[in-house]
Amino acid sequence: MKWFVVRESETDERYGKCPEDRGLNELLRFGVVNLDKPPGPTSHEVVAWVKNLLGLSKAGHGGTLEPCNGAG
Amino acid sequence: MGRGNPKVTGVLPVALEDAVKLIGYLMLSTKEYVAVMQLHKEVDLSKVREVLEMFKGRIYQKPPVRSSVKRALRVKEVYELELIEYEHPYALIRVLCEHGTYVRKLIHDIGDVLGVGAHMRELRRVRTGPFKEEFNLVRLQELSEYVYLWKERKDEDKLKKAILPAEYMVSHLPKVVAVDGAVSAITYGADLAVPGVALVHEKIRKGDHVAIFTLKGELVAVGIAQMHTEELLQSKKGIFIKTKRVVMSRDVYPPSWKKRKE
Repeated sequence: MKWFVVRESETDERYGKCPEDRGLNELLRFGVVNLDKPPGPTSHEVVAWVKNLLGLSKAGHGGTLEPCNGAG
Repeated sequence: MGRGNPKVTGVLPVALEDAVKLIGYLMLSTKEYVAVMQLHKEVDLSKVREVLEMFKGRIYQKPPVRSSVKRALRVKEVYELELIEYEHPYALIRVLCEHGTYVRKLIHDIGDVLGVGAHMRELRRVRTGPFKEEFNLVRLQELSEYVYLWKERKDEDKLKKAILPAEYMVSHLPKVVAVDGAVSAITYGADLAVPGVALVHEKIRKGDHVAIFTLKGELVAVGIAQMHTEELLQSKKGIFIKTKRVVMSRDVYPPSWKKRKE
């Protein structure tokens, strides 16, 4: 998509950080894994597994992938 | 006929911690599947092609009995429906469809129209919104291996590469970039006003969900556009984006009202 510059503006390097410069701990707090769901477990079970593996307090999936639905 | 449960695999984006807030924007995105349809009797290849053609575009679907939504007839759009291969009894198809389209039901209905019956044997999601099979797809097994390397060998490289910044979850939404001075107020729930806009995507329509970024590319919040891009470009004041969901912490950028006092 095309961008329009509305006003020239500079960013103060003292605050914030480019997403590419984030460390592992920052990614674990605000990241996403493009996971290949294996056959067998439900989407919910897969998320619980990832949550435990990474030692997180919260995790969630973006749309179920289940045999009974076959869509999300 | 022994059917059992179909094998279901593929793209399942898993959001970590604060990224969970963005899940709603993924659910409404376009999905792409590759499915194995098992036909209950042999039919001509031309007939299969002809019937698939009928299921392109807007279709009516009644959600299956075992589903999480109300079982009312719904209209869903099938953007693309392609027969990759048919070797009886299996037909391999590719479906690009609106969110909430039941592929299992679609296949059942195709079988009915073919007059021989059919069911879904296997399903693989190859895309949901910006998440694609070809880009950084990670298997559970691999993730487990990367966690082992991180914890036991102090090597975090592979795990780091497997986790995408949460910004990726809204990469299918139109974007606006706010000036530094406007960021803090947005994290406190304020709307993005016209003077706070540095850059903007073309073709934003009033009512669109728009992702608000910083000049460094960090996601601040997602909101609803209150005017078209063209209108914004001609305005000096007014609210451009009504803030709906804030994801950035409040302490990252300094509040501009404090700065003024200095």
